[in-house]
Amino acid sequence: MTYLGMPTAPAGVGQLRGTESFPAAAETALANGQLRRNLANATSTIRAKRAAVVSEVPDWQQLRAAAAAIKDDVLANLDSYLVQLEARVTEQGGVVHWARDATEANRIVTELVAATGAREVVKVKSMATQEIGLNQALEEAGILAYETDLAELIVQLGDDRPSHILVPAIHRNRTEIRDIFLAEMAGVHPGLTDDPPALAEAARTYLRQKFLTAKVAISGANFAIADTGTLMVVESEGNGRMCLTLPRTLITVMGIEKLLPTFSDLEVFLQLLPRSSTGERMNPYTSMWTGVHPGDGPQEFHLVLLDNGRTATLADDRGRAALRCIRCSACLNVCPVYERTGGHAYGSVYPGPIGAVLSPQLTGVADNPSLPFASTLCGACYDVCPVAIDIPSMLVHLRGRVNADKAAGHRLPVPEAAGMAAASWAMRGRRRWAWLLRAARLGRWARLARLSRSRTARRLLPPPLSSWTRSRDLPEPPAQTFRDWWAEQR
Amino acid sequence: MRVALFATCLVDGLFPDVARATVRLLRRLGHQVEFRQEQSCCGQMHLNTGYPAEALPLIRRQVEVFADCEAIVAPSGSCTGAIRHQYADTARRFGDERLAVAAEAVAARTYELSEFLVDVTGVTDVGGYFPHRVTYHPTCHSLRLLRVGDKPLALLRAVEGIDLVELPGAESCCGFGGTFALKNSAVSAAMLADKVAAVAATAASVCSAGDSSCLMHIGGGLSRLRVGARTMHLAEILASTRTEPALV
Amino acid sequence: MTARDEVLGRIRSALGDGPSRPAAGAVVRQYRRAGAAAAEEFPAGSRSDLVELLVDRLVDYRASVSRTSPDGVAGVLGRRLAEHGIGSALVPDGFPQQWLADSAVERHSDEALTPAQLDRIDGVLCTCRLAIAETGTIVLDSGPGQGRRAVSLVPDYLLIVLEAGQVVAGVPEAVAQLDPTRPLTWISGPSATSDIELNRVEGVHGPRTLDVILIEDAETPAAEVRDAQAPEAIA
Repeated sequence: MTYLGMPTAPAGVGQLRGTESFPAAAETALANGQLRRNLANATSTIRAKRAAVVSEVPDWQQLRAAAAAIKDDVLANLDSYLVQLEARVTEQGGVVHWARDATEANRIVTELVAATGAREVVKVKSMATQEIGLNQALEEAGILAYETDLAELIVQLGDDRPSHILVPAIHRNRTEIRDIFLAEMAGVHPGLTDDPPALAEAARTYLRQKFLTAKVAISGANFAIADTGTLMVVESEGNGRMCLTLPRTLITVMGIEKLLPTFSDLEVFLQLLPRSSTGERMNPYTSMWTGVHPGDGPQEFHLVLLDNGRTATLADDRGRAALRCIRCSACLNVCPVYERTGGHAYGSVYPGPIGAVLSPQLTGVADNPSLPFASTLCGACYDVCPVAIDIPSMLVHLRGRVNADKAAGHRLPVPEAAGMAAASWAMRGRRRWAWLLRAARLGRWARLARLSRSRTARRLLPPPLSSWTRSRDLPEPPAQTFRDWWAEQR
Repeated sequence: MRVALFATCLVDGLFPDVARATVRLLRRLGHQVEFRQEQSCCGQMHLNTGYPAEALPLIRRQVEVFADCEAIVAPSGSCTGAIRHQYADTARRFGDERLAVAAEAVAARTYELSEFLVDVTGVTDVGGYFPHRVTYHPTCHSLRLLRVGDKPLALLRAVEGIDLVELPGAESCCGFGGTFALKNSAVSAAMLADKVAAVAATAASVCSAGDSSCLMHIGGGLSRLRVGARTMHLAEILASTRTEPALV
Repeated sequence: MTARDEVLGRIRSALGDGPSRPAAGAVVRQYRRAGAAAAEEFPAGSRSDLVELLVDRLVDYRASVSRTSPDGVAGVLGRRLAEHGIGSALVPDGFPQQWLADSAVERHSDEALTPAQLDRIDGVLCTCRLAIAETGTIVLDSGPGQGRRAVSLVPDYLLIVLEAGQVVAGVPEAVAQLDPTRPLTWISGPSATSDIELNRVEGVHGPRTLDVILIEDAETPAAEVRDAQAPEAIA
């Protein structure tokens, strides 16, 4: 198992770990009725939109298969593709930087901004910079970062955390957003309504001067093309174009896995990504640039390539397909668990099914042990994934890694592991298994089933039974096991 | 056809009526049914909770018990799914290529009940009679792992007297998920509440599915919230006839 | 060791340098590639179907489309600018001057204008590199008549003149024709956001109005001016 010993994303910087376990955080989220209504509305809207535009594409499954194969090719040859990208970007006037982890990436970006003399930067929504906690690092260096994506702006003004990959403020409804703007947005009109166009207009007015005067922009990247050095950002609002076009200096922070081998591979991903993500045939704006274009756009371009646990993920041959992810968030939108808990419960900037397989690999499973269990394995995520990541199988694999990690850290068997071993032993002996089934039926089970039906009595039941009986009755025990009935018939 | 019944541990111990109904149905359709007492559990719980080493002896046992069977039928989509999609892979993970090959052979002859009836025997009308209002929950593993599609619904539609009503949000998970129901009981309960509300909205007297595990979960919720509907496995409805009607 | 060498070293040890590593570029492609989509759904001679699809998709994303013959461009353009109250327009180098014959706007050329200067101009007129029918997308590559990227971004009104011959069927056809060494901007409708309850709202930071003038051959029946607009846009 080669993933042992590979450096993971360091603790204490960025946002890949929660402060409590998923079940505990989920319980808090479930108690918030407004949150659940907002999520249910938003996810059902986007699910319907996605389904409609995906059904328009007759070769969707072939595109999906090609996308998975292209990404696997990238991962299998990541070293040579990265070297190729670096050479092309450099030839075209860009400067490439390498960062082992979040701390190093933050230091590189902070120094680059400081060298320009700017005290303010405008930012395009970027998961990588959320992951490494760049805004905080900049703030500590006295540099103010303005998030310009509407949802990121809502999160930043509300001093909140993102809860969705595509729409970080999905947990907020229009009224809550209006209230945040009224309280936190400098110069906002006091008569602002919660009409979405009015809220969009308020954001436009607020950010306009920032865009027109910014000297430095920071972005992520959706894709980087190894054989041309081209970088690409997809977006909707035009804030991305503002950041990528108007400031003199552009700094792009990108995970090392976001590569595509050739420019023509975009023909696959530009069909899959918008339809999977916002449920549109194409997002309103896509920008592509290759190094520095004289007289057009930024005249200084830096690309920061980020590891931060990605090589550790790559080292697990049953987990590395998580690095195919193109951050479309379709898996979040169809996940019945995400729909009820929202993104904050996952503790990481990567929530939902993809987060449950990606975050524990980036940090090492010991730091996110509850996430691989935050799924019923219902498979809805795998069905919609445009790069065909078999998330359910990967969750099962990571559960095994969590259990193995726990066993390695304990001298005595963990109770659950001991129970599983005992069950396995009992189940593989014909006579002891038949006896056990019969015994369970006769004695305790009948009593437990009765207790579970009484509001007062079920409070006395011990865990893990109490976890079941809190919201469900136990079935009545049968008069006879099937095997005993069968034996009698003969 | 000679059919080996894989009852599954849950049905064997807690829901024997489901296995009895499966036997009755298969015999009525002219099949010879055998039940091998050496069988126990497919190992799905161990596999899906992350204990593949503990599942391995159960996989070996299942493969040995059913190695020479022509057709193995299980009244469970998720157990069939574990056999078909996880056995060989797990065996290979532990370097047991012989077991993997044997497991692939057994998996190729293991069928979930509706698959066996529709795909193997080509029957959709099993001659059932069930004059009740029924709604059907497709269960995630039948739907997305086995891709049984609307085979169970085709079988149900052909049952005489049935009033089959569509379940709103049918394809959403009920929230069971094996040990998920215990480890994440609050989320599981929230999902169950929505499923129970959907069942209640149909005013059906029976909620059916092809997996007793999901039905145990949904049934526990229906009972707790005193929704006037009970759960019945697909096999129990299909086995019901005019002369031997199932009790509701 | 430099970060570069260390990250590359980690990748190599993560993958293992054995024979199991597949060769780069081995990908099976069974989806519709360039040419195939057009061949299947738009058999030869039915370019008009393609154009109809593009118009449908543009309108669906709240762009307004005016269809005209080559001789009709100047008239339509003048009318469009007047309807939107565009008093000043940026006209990039290479934009055909004859198309401005019927317009009374104050014309600006792009002499390295600052963003703030661009912001004081009402609208911008430009040509484009190509358009994608299936997705309703227009692609700019800063070529003649298009100006640099900032030009088509900052003014609040954007009018693009497109010729029917520039329409391709799908994304693969577009990618095959584009030059990656040029700065590329793909535009699908006006600026929009879905960030409030995942409902699409048009008009945020980019141009809030997108008008398209589509030039069709004088011979085709579509030569007379026809305007297509989304119902909301009319109201």
